[in-house]
Amino acid sequence: MPWTTPGKLRAKGIIGMNRRNIHYIGRYNDRRLYPLVDDKLQTKLLAQRHDITSPALIGTVATQFSVKHIREMLSGHSGFVIKPAKGSGGKGILVIEGRDGDAYIKPSGMRLSIDDVERHVSNILSGLYSLGGSPDVALIESLIDFDESFSAYTHEGVPDIRVIVFKGYPVMAMMRLSTAASDGKANLHQGAVGVGIDIASGQAIRGVQFDRARHDHPDTGHELASLHIAEWRTLLELAASCYEMTSLGYLGTDMVLDRQHGPMLLELNARPGLAIQMANGEGLRNRLDLIEQQPEDVAPAQRVDFAQHHFARRSELHSDQSALA
Amino acid sequence: MSRLPFYLIVVVLIVTGIGMSLHRHVQFEVPWTPGEQRQVWEIEAQVNFVADGGPAKVEMALPATQQGFRLQTEHTASPGYGLSFIEEDGVRRALWSIRDARGSQQLYYNARMQVTAQAQPQPMPPPTADSDALWERPYDTAASQVIDRAWSRSADEFTFARELIRDFSEQRQGENARLLLTQFDRVPLLVRLLNQAGVAARAVNGLELEHGRRRQTLTPWIQVYDGDDHALFNPASGEQGRPQNLLLWERAGQSVLEVQGGTNSRITFSMLSRNQPAEAAVRDRVSEASDTFLNFSIHSLPLEEQALFQTILLIPIGALVVVLLRVLIGIKTSGTFMPVLIALAFIQTTLATGLIGFLLVVAVGLVIRNYLSYLNLLLVARVTAVIITVIAIISLFSVLAYRMGLNAGLTITFFPMIILSWTIERMSILWEEEGPKEVLIQGGGSLLTAVLAYLAMNNPWIRHITFNFLGVQLILMALILMLGNYTGYRLLELRRFQPVTED
Repeated sequence: MPWTTPGKLRAKGIIGMNRRNIHYIGRYNDRRLYPLVDDKLQTKLLAQRHDITSPALIGTVATQFSVKHIREMLSGHSGFVIKPAKGSGGKGILVIEGRDGDAYIKPSGMRLSIDDVERHVSNILSGLYSLGGSPDVALIESLIDFDESFSAYTHEGVPDIRVIVFKGYPVMAMMRLSTAASDGKANLHQGAVGVGIDIASGQAIRGVQFDRARHDHPDTGHELASLHIAEWRTLLELAASCYEMTSLGYLGTDMVLDRQHGPMLLELNARPGLAIQMANGEGLRNRLDLIEQQPEDVAPAQRVDFAQHHFARRSELHSDQSALA
Repeated sequence: MSRLPFYLIVVVLIVTGIGMSLHRHVQFEVPWTPGEQRQVWEIEAQVNFVADGGPAKVEMALPATQQGFRLQTEHTASPGYGLSFIEEDGVRRALWSIRDARGSQQLYYNARMQVTAQAQPQPMPPPTADSDALWERPYDTAASQVIDRAWSRSADEFTFARELIRDFSEQRQGENARLLLTQFDRVPLLVRLLNQAGVAARAVNGLELEHGRRRQTLTPWIQVYDGDDHALFNPASGEQGRPQNLLLWERAGQSVLEVQGGTNSRITFSMLSRNQPAEAAVRDRVSEASDTFLNFSIHSLPLEEQALFQTILLIPIGALVVVLLRVLIGIKTSGTFMPVLIALAFIQTTLATGLIGFLLVVAVGLVIRNYLSYLNLLLVARVTAVIITVIAIISLFSVLAYRMGLNAGLTITFFPMIILSWTIERMSILWEEEGPKEVLIQGGGSLLTAVLAYLAMNNPWIRHITFNFLGVQLILMALILMLGNYTGYRLLELRRFQPVTED
């Protein structure tokens, strides 16, 4: 296994876990604000108040008793997502794409009965997926009708866009494409492909899977160079305004592009991971240092302007491919 | 945000910690290493006399802590006798008494003296040099001539004493000296002459320590004062200085033994040297001085609580290992401090048995937990079911191991069962969600951390240091505070982020 030296990482501006925890999360994220993002129900209600679009809420299940009524709640919705309000790392999220008679069909084609769905909700309520195993609430959201243009880039799951927002400035972005290896989940350490996205243009810069460079999607074989996110500017402004919404200084915003509603906020993360640096082939350090020198009280639109101006990057995918050819 | 208070706290913790440790090392002679041995002399004094057949009183000088030796314990054996220790001007003496004694009598006194360079003896007030002793003719002229002769060839008290004693030694004995020796005993005579010349001096009695010797007697020595300084002189040769193996039994210039109501009294000594673990010496000493505040020590607790504390004080070491591995290395564990609890169990079970037991319990537990997940139970009920399963597994293994004659298998009961159950539950969920690879990474990380924590906590030197030096806990605290402030890369991140640096 190859190793590198701290000097080289520092030269690249790579941030390690310890620095992230002490210097950014510890300093810019007030502990008492965590429930806003750790509880997806609170995030959703907050987003509604701030006019930030997010997937529609079908309903919530808070007691074991009401698990029995879930069938009625779901009638009329062919596709939906059940998630624990306090889950972390994508744990406990059940996606149902459609129905076939009484059966609920997962994106993988697996068929679940109403009992299976009820058991899943019951597990959520008993705290199986929540941090520390505390009792939880299950959220049922409408299925995201994700933009057609991405279907060539994903296997089963919804590709989401993670934007790191520091003091309200979007500093780095990546798209997470689920693969067969990641079992349709968009978690990089499970084998999803991470694609670094240029803050200025919304264009793909670089792709990685299992921390190694990739130029195409492993399942669909579609090359990543042409990946471009529509309505990029709107998406960035949406992400940037999450700072006003939560007051959290170091924030990971997970966005999706819906065919009808455009960019939507999926969830927020007060402890965003560091894999985004791998997807971008660049450390966060220089960008964060620059933002730390910026004054407070700048409007979201200006912050996005600033970020798009300073963090523009050229795609490595084109040049790499010509080099390969 | 100023970091000054933080560094101040760290510095204060370290300085206090080192200070407390040094104080314990110097004041109580707690050694830095566990195996350190201290030489101890067992000295037995036997008093013999023939009782007249009536009341008898025996008074004997007692040894005290002095330069080079510390009195650890003492006891007496004297059936039928009343015994009291009397102390006067810092001089201790034993007083035996009996109403009716007849025939040969034996009294025993036993002292244990520890050899040490750091003993702090009670200072003995210097004797007064009363020069107005009266000499009869012709001894007065002989005495003054001897004094004059030695005086002229000396510069100070000590050189004077040496010259004077030499004038009485065999080779250089002059006429005056011979004359004086016919009338007086050598040692009292020398002391009297020294006093006559205005030099404070007294006769003391010492015991030459030699391993395995019996029936030894005390030898007289002359202690000469020069202001506050004093030196010991051999009355036969005039040699200055105290031999290493000389224990001063009687230091006040008084008699060693006084017997009333008996005759033919005599005191003899036998002695043994042996090595004793330094810790035992410390224990005696600390319990002796347990009322002072600075002696805030675990040793002052009852033995059972001491054993408990020995384990409790090791927990910070295990926690430090966890912090090091997580912050500096970046190892993933299942449950932050679970490895420390497993390591504590390893201390009871020994490493090999512990590892086998842990793997057996967790593996069987995972299989059963896998079945439980089909039963669709609520979380708390499921974990409780796992706890009962773990207890069943442990009981089964204990019985099996015992039947097969493996007594080591019984120690498996030391495992923290609730922690094990949660570990099984967490690993099972991890298996379902992330696959067996992640279970291996986290399980292996936990086990590696537990083994390293065990090795650290089971190290004899670390056990010794944490148990004997409470100040070390403050240093550990400071270390952990500093580690909590470390923003550099973790070792495993050098591998994780390596691809970024490639291009």
